Amino acid sequence: MTFIPLTWLLGLSAALFAIGVAGVIVRRNILVMFMSIELMLNAVNLAFIALAHRLGSMDGQVIVFFVMTVAAAEAAVGLGIIISIFRNRETVHADDLTLLRW
Amino acid sequence: MAIWLFVFLAVISIVSALGVVIQRNPVHCLLALVLTLLALAVMFIALDATVVGFLQIIVYAGAIMVLFLFVIWLLNLQAETGPTGGLALKFFGTIATAALVAELWMFLLRPHLKIKYVGEAAGYGSLSVLAQKLFTDYLVAFEATSILLLAAIVGAVALARRPPTQRESAPGSLS
Repeated sequence: MTFIPLTWLLGLSAALFAIGVAGVIVRRNILVMFMSIELMLNAVNLAFIALAHRLGSMDGQVIVFFVMTVAAAEAAVGLGIIISIFRNRETVHADDLTLLRW
Repeated sequence: MAIWLFVFLAVISIVSALGVVIQRNPVHCLLALVLTLLALAVMFIALDATVVGFLQIIVYAGAIMVLFLFVIWLLNLQAETGPTGGLALKFFGTIATAALVAELWMFLLRPHLKIKYVGEAAGYGSLSVLAQKLFTDYLVAFEATSILLLAAIVGAVALARRPPTQRESAPGSLS
């Protein structure tokens, strides 16, 4: 059985994380920013799974399980906030939400 | 995991992740994200994390993404027209991302990452082993997670609910 070098897996994880960061910085649609956050969470999950595989330990998979649960909770609350914002302000554009800005 | 499978999945996930950032229509962004999640799920399964891979498909690509889709429909979002963010934003965003990539790259090139493969115990990645971990070593975290989910349910309902005073006379309300 061939093994993928750990560096490749972690490199893919880092690349996906960087793309997610770029999405949060560049995009102004809060829904797409939220999707980029999910992308970053998944990149971290990949790093956990790769290291758990290499170390022969189940702990990384348990952590990934928890990350998924927290992501589900975060998505529910975040989308509730987005709906609430849209109802009050009629926008999902982050630049229009300047009420708390100095 | 065979090399060709890794390369195939890596290319799919990178391209569709770029699609999430680049597409202008939120629905297309969402579909690209689902493709990324599915590619990563196959990679999890190939890395002997079978249960987590299937949970990724069911919970992430299934439930959470449908939630996103419902919100996009509910808000009736169209493709963005006009500029998305200023030029300065894109400039500094690119610089920040390049710095992050450089930093992660420096980290990956360090020699301490060469972990020796020690082999897996029997039943690695199976549901019974995962459940045994969850209900012994991680019991407190597991119970805390259930409280978190309960709080998220109540919070999401409370946030998305319309206040009773606005219910009749909200102009442009989403009924």
